[in-house]
Amino acid sequence: MGSVRVLVGTRKGAFILRSDGNRRSWSVDGPFFAGWEMYHLHGSPADPDRIYASQSSSWFGQQIQRSNDGGKTWEAVDNSFAYKGVPGTHQWYDGTPHPWEFKRVWHLEPSAKDPDTVYAGVEDAALFQSRDGGRSWEELEGLRGHGSGDHWMPGAGGMCLHTILLDPSDDKRMFVAISAAGAFRTDDAGKTWRPINKGLHSEYIPDPKAEVGHCVHRLAMHASRPNVLFMQKHWDVMRSDDSGDTWHEVSGNLPTDFGFAIDVHAHEPETIYVVPIKSDSEHFPPDGQLRVWRSRSGGHEWEALTNGLPQSNCYVNVLRDAMAVDKMDSCGVYFGTTGGQVYASADSGDTWSAIVRDLPPVLSVEVQTLP
Amino acid sequence: MIRVVLPAHLKMHANVNGEVTLVIDGPVTPSSVLDALEQAYPMLRGAIRDHETKRRRAFLRFFACQQDFSHTPADGPLPDAVATGAQPFLIVGALAGG
Repeated sequence: MGSVRVLVGTRKGAFILRSDGNRRSWSVDGPFFAGWEMYHLHGSPADPDRIYASQSSSWFGQQIQRSNDGGKTWEAVDNSFAYKGVPGTHQWYDGTPHPWEFKRVWHLEPSAKDPDTVYAGVEDAALFQSRDGGRSWEELEGLRGHGSGDHWMPGAGGMCLHTILLDPSDDKRMFVAISAAGAFRTDDAGKTWRPINKGLHSEYIPDPKAEVGHCVHRLAMHASRPNVLFMQKHWDVMRSDDSGDTWHEVSGNLPTDFGFAIDVHAHEPETIYVVPIKSDSEHFPPDGQLRVWRSRSGGHEWEALTNGLPQSNCYVNVLRDAMAVDKMDSCGVYFGTTGGQVYASADSGDTWSAIVRDLPPVLSVEVQTLP
Repeated sequence: MIRVVLPAHLKMHANVNGEVTLVIDGPVTPSSVLDALEQAYPMLRGAIRDHETKRRRAFLRFFACQQDFSHTPADGPLPDAVATGAQPFLIVGALAGG
């Protein structure tokens, strides 16, 4: 039957939720690293017992934790993230130059093939790689240095590299997204990069169709069809059918096309999920109704999923890394809220229940499907 | 023997309870205390001072003998009471946050 492990990062620690294949009852372990901001935890597809965790604090900086036993025990590995060369400047909120400085790791993406290879997306935006299980880190400087880096500027949450997608069909291709800069692709394992933002339209930047500067909140991909990408942008849900070369909007009948999280069903590459939020200043669901919206046609047509979700007086947010799916036969969908609930559906979103509630605000949710 | 008191988050991170004790050969300064601390507890590297510049992290303070050593030179001597272990060297998180 297999089992499921849900890795939850919160503002004040990490939690690991476990269930069998039925996904009806759950155990809750944690908090791990109590009091620390846990931006992201991610298990290695190549070794499910290997989990990486980003542990952060405004006081004590960044730590990277690693578990080799499925989260039972942890060890601190290397936390030295040094930009290559002279870091220079990027734009600040007011448009002036601002020195590049490392703040934290937002996202960890382990290799599908090698448990010791893992990528880290950091703030200020850059991509780092470790080939020794997190014991040392090296910047893939071609991204930051490709030419537009000095024009990148932070969004409200900082200038973070928050999405890393590894193409399962091509070891040399990967995609990243940077808040308020846009999406980028490499076809040579990170040596060179190019912006992939054609078709994006953002009224809040001087040139709404600029090559960079679009506030991309999240990218998603289905493993069976890596040339098709989905994007939740600051405003607009977008789709690309050519590996990001061009994008078109698929917001369709969504009540609002603003949001953070987006993900793809594990077995249906045309089934996608978003959680619309009212606006960029009101980061809560419209009308206080927490609804996941599902499209079974790859966008345009959307249905509200409400069964088991609060439909009144709910003013939580779902952050960009806080939604994930499992790979069980009936796909499970999971998301965490800033109100501290983790909701799960074991039937592709038809019905939902809170599998834990009253956690600190949830920053990230990842799922491991175990044999 | 030098005594060092860590803030709660770093005690958890270093997996220690109570004070940390260190042996230092040579002058006892903020820099030599932190060198010895990071040698004994490598996971604390980068948590108290920057990896490269060795500059104290902005929200941390160094106190000892009811004095503030946060802004004294890193190689300046600490009081004899710290060097002899009579008084601890306190690493304190600034009082702010949530």
